[in-house]
Amino acid sequence: MALLDITNLSVRFRTNDGEVRAVSDVSLSVEQGETLGIVGESGSGKSQLSFAIMGLLARNGAASGSVRFDGDEILNAKPKLINRIRAEKMAMIFQDPMTSLNPYMRVADQMAEVLTLHKGMSKREAVAESVRMLDAVRIPDAKGRIRLYPHEFSGGMRQRVMIAMALLCRPKLLIADEPTTALDVTVQAQIMQLLSDLRRDFGMAMILITHDLGVVAGSCERVAVMYGGRIRETGRVGPIFAEPALPYTQGLLDAIPRVDQEDEELRAIPGQPPNMSRPPAGCAFEPRCPYRRPVCAEIDPPLEDFAPGRARACHAPLADVLARRITAELPEVDPIAAGDIPEAEAIPRAAVAGAGVAGTPSAPGKEAE
Amino acid sequence: MFAFILRRLAVAVPTLLLLIVFSFVLMSLAPGGPFTGERALPPAVLANLEAQYGLNDPLWLQIWNYLVSIVVHFDFGPSFVYPDRTVNQLIAAGFPVTLTYGGLAFVAAVVVGVALGVAAAIWHNTWLDYLAVGISIGAQVLPNFVMAPLLVLVFTLWYRVLPGGGWSFNDPSFWIMPVIALSTSYMASIARITRSSMLEVLGSNHIRTARAKGMPESRVIIRHALKPAMLPVISYLGPVFVSMITGSVVIDIYFSTGGIGKAFVDSALNRDYAVMMGVTILIGTLTILFNLLVDVLYAWIDPKIRY
Amino acid sequence: MVIDQTKMQSLSARLVQDEVKGRSPWADARKRFFRNKAAMFGLTILVLVTLFAALGGQFAAWSGEELDFSVMGRVAELGAPSLANGHYFGTDNLGRDLFARVVQGTQISLMVGIVGAAIAVIVGTLYGATAGYVGGRTDQIMMRAVDILMSIPYMFVLILLLVMFGRSMSMLFLGIGLISWLDMSRIVRGQTLSLKNREFIEAARATGVSSFRIIIRHIVPNLLGVVAVYATLLVPLMILTESFISFLGLGVQEPLTSWGALISEGAGTMNYGTLWQLAFPLFFFVITLFGFFFVGDGLRDALDPKER
Repeated sequence: MALLDITNLSVRFRTNDGEVRAVSDVSLSVEQGETLGIVGESGSGKSQLSFAIMGLLARNGAASGSVRFDGDEILNAKPKLINRIRAEKMAMIFQDPMTSLNPYMRVADQMAEVLTLHKGMSKREAVAESVRMLDAVRIPDAKGRIRLYPHEFSGGMRQRVMIAMALLCRPKLLIADEPTTALDVTVQAQIMQLLSDLRRDFGMAMILITHDLGVVAGSCERVAVMYGGRIRETGRVGPIFAEPALPYTQGLLDAIPRVDQEDEELRAIPGQPPNMSRPPAGCAFEPRCPYRRPVCAEIDPPLEDFAPGRARACHAPLADVLARRITAELPEVDPIAAGDIPEAEAIPRAAVAGAGVAGTPSAPGKEAE
Repeated sequence: MFAFILRRLAVAVPTLLLLIVFSFVLMSLAPGGPFTGERALPPAVLANLEAQYGLNDPLWLQIWNYLVSIVVHFDFGPSFVYPDRTVNQLIAAGFPVTLTYGGLAFVAAVVVGVALGVAAAIWHNTWLDYLAVGISIGAQVLPNFVMAPLLVLVFTLWYRVLPGGGWSFNDPSFWIMPVIALSTSYMASIARITRSSMLEVLGSNHIRTARAKGMPESRVIIRHALKPAMLPVISYLGPVFVSMITGSVVIDIYFSTGGIGKAFVDSALNRDYAVMMGVTILIGTLTILFNLLVDVLYAWIDPKIRY
Repeated sequence: MVIDQTKMQSLSARLVQDEVKGRSPWADARKRFFRNKAAMFGLTILVLVTLFAALGGQFAAWSGEELDFSVMGRVAELGAPSLANGHYFGTDNLGRDLFARVVQGTQISLMVGIVGAAIAVIVGTLYGATAGYVGGRTDQIMMRAVDILMSIPYMFVLILLLVMFGRSMSMLFLGIGLISWLDMSRIVRGQTLSLKNREFIEAARATGVSSFRIIIRHIVPNLLGVVAVYATLLVPLMILTESFISFLGLGVQEPLTSWGALISEGAGTMNYGTLWQLAFPLFFFVITLFGFFFVGDGLRDALDPKER
């Protein structure tokens, strides 16, 4: 039995501009000790998927389907049940370490309360254990710094604190939602290294959510590619990187620089991700797809196995995609012009707010002081 | 923390001195002396009075004497209109009354307002939220001078359950209407501010982290959300304090409670500058001290404030 | 009823952000504003109240100053609102026509509110923009002065001023306006600080435009959103302040009147059974405050949309 079993998970948000479908019919599973990468661009629903698993959707969000963790149904479960699983068996670290720690509490108190709550430790034991965990995430002088407030740490250090806090109860599954996006490149590498070391040491499973294929290649065993709120391709990392079977995955891989292929031009994917408050009838990638054909605009292709352990959702024959026999000429993307497309035109602001950052309202304008 | 308080005091004390000097200069600039009332006094009497109150000294000396007597002896001098009574006596008579109903009103506004706001935020978009929002929108157009007559109309004239005015330290039924009239609109504002800041905090990332840690919702709210949600409320307490003291004037007039507001308005109508200045300075002092308290409270809650 | 400074700061931050992204906040905002039912309701109220103040005098059968001797002395029985004798809102305790008095009170209260708010907004904006733009030591001194002024109990000083220098209308306007510019100046300063280093300001500076012109031509127009919201929310506060002072009998003087004075009169006589003397001025007072609050909140929510 898989550790985490997701079937037909959908997430919807009610917004002022109508309903936004952030995640549609996602089915996934994660085995004990396995690392699954979920890849997609911003607004593809990958963060909302993880929030739905943890039961952390914003107020205006609703999830349907089924999420079974260790045999228990946890989607929309009673707070009592889900609170025993959160942190204790399934923990999460977030994208933005700057705001994800409570700025009004000492790190010691924030960490210790996890242990006093879940393990019934005394405050003193809990703090001692927290210090050991901060040592494990390689925070220098953990004993002294645990007394500090989060704003007295740097971004990378804060993310280490987040990781330490998530691992306090030795969870079986760690969900890492873009753990390195907000950090400097050098720090990113350190954090990823730390995560994979800890995962090995603790023997836990991990879901790594990212838009960075490089990160996936480095640390995941399996990968699921999300687009427009759906899973479009899954498989083991090696085969997917070697032979992407989905036009979108192919586009993503073409868009990253690779050391092993010299002189190859980087190609951006033209167009913009779909507006999920008005989801298209057919395949969400159709307007941007070089392999598109008439059926794509009408029927959204289902996710189908095509090889052992691999599945994809695409109408274009596999052979055509692999051989790069394109059917549609798409305008070449001028990288500068592409960056200039006003955000508001491509995706109404409300739709973005619903799909991408629905759970993260911006902090009040303190800087205006 | 101690240095922080000292630094704030270093600002507060000059402010207070400035206020004293400013009001004194204003008084001396005012057209017509304090004794030019409706009845013209014989010049001899006038000269005598002015000498008695030291009004013939140079301005700086008058200010200096006034300052010294306030700061050193806490003495605001004699009243200009009732020579047999000092400003101190007039203030001392009214101050305990103002303090009693004002303090109660302040506590009521904060406690009820915060509770209402927090409840509305927790049960966002339920009937309770709508009720709280409705009350607070309605109450913001019911300032003390509107509440006071309405309360008297209902509870004194129609139902005859509460006395329509007067004051007794022993009988709380005299306190009820002054406290309600004074606190309603501030309670509403506090509820609104609490609700919106609580909603903001409950949607913030660190609350999501707290939930991800498996905290029960009650603990998330009490331990993680309440503190940051209180910050805007705390910075609003200073203005509330000032407005309530100001509002006490209306209460004293309308309910004949006999607080310092009464002394102030009487002195304003009588041009009794000594009493007016005494009250203004006293209230200025209280305001400054209260703001200091609020600053300290704020700094104590928010670790990002360096002091 | 105090303006929620947190929301104002959030608005200010939002507008600066939009400015950076080069999109005008106004087009969307207008749509949102006109979709907001409460704001539209408030706007309707304000239009009606303004029409009442402007044209009400045309319909009055009596002037506000003449005494109706037929009801004098028996106001409780004969002075009630009636279409027959032309006292639509009844008479006051002296036998004066309450309709005409309410029209006059509305004119004066609205005027005090608008002029007071205008003074506060102009002073606050210029002060805050100057402090924020000039920066450095000047900014520090200017803002420290604001801190100091903040802790003065204004209403008392204002009453002190009114008593010492006579209770004139201009004194009232000025005094009320000068009470409320402090918060405004803080917000404007904050926004100016964030606008100051934008490219278009630097371009203006580089081409030798004087600081004063930059403030007036480039900074102030970009503060429009905050200023508009603030002004709308300040007007009712000014009306409240004026009514408060007039309620105490220290504001507008006879024969002129205002809502506060009328409410005070009505409250003083209500136990003689002449409740209409309280009800009519109170009604106009309350709906106008609602109108301004709804429009102000609607404007702010339109410019800074958020789930609240």
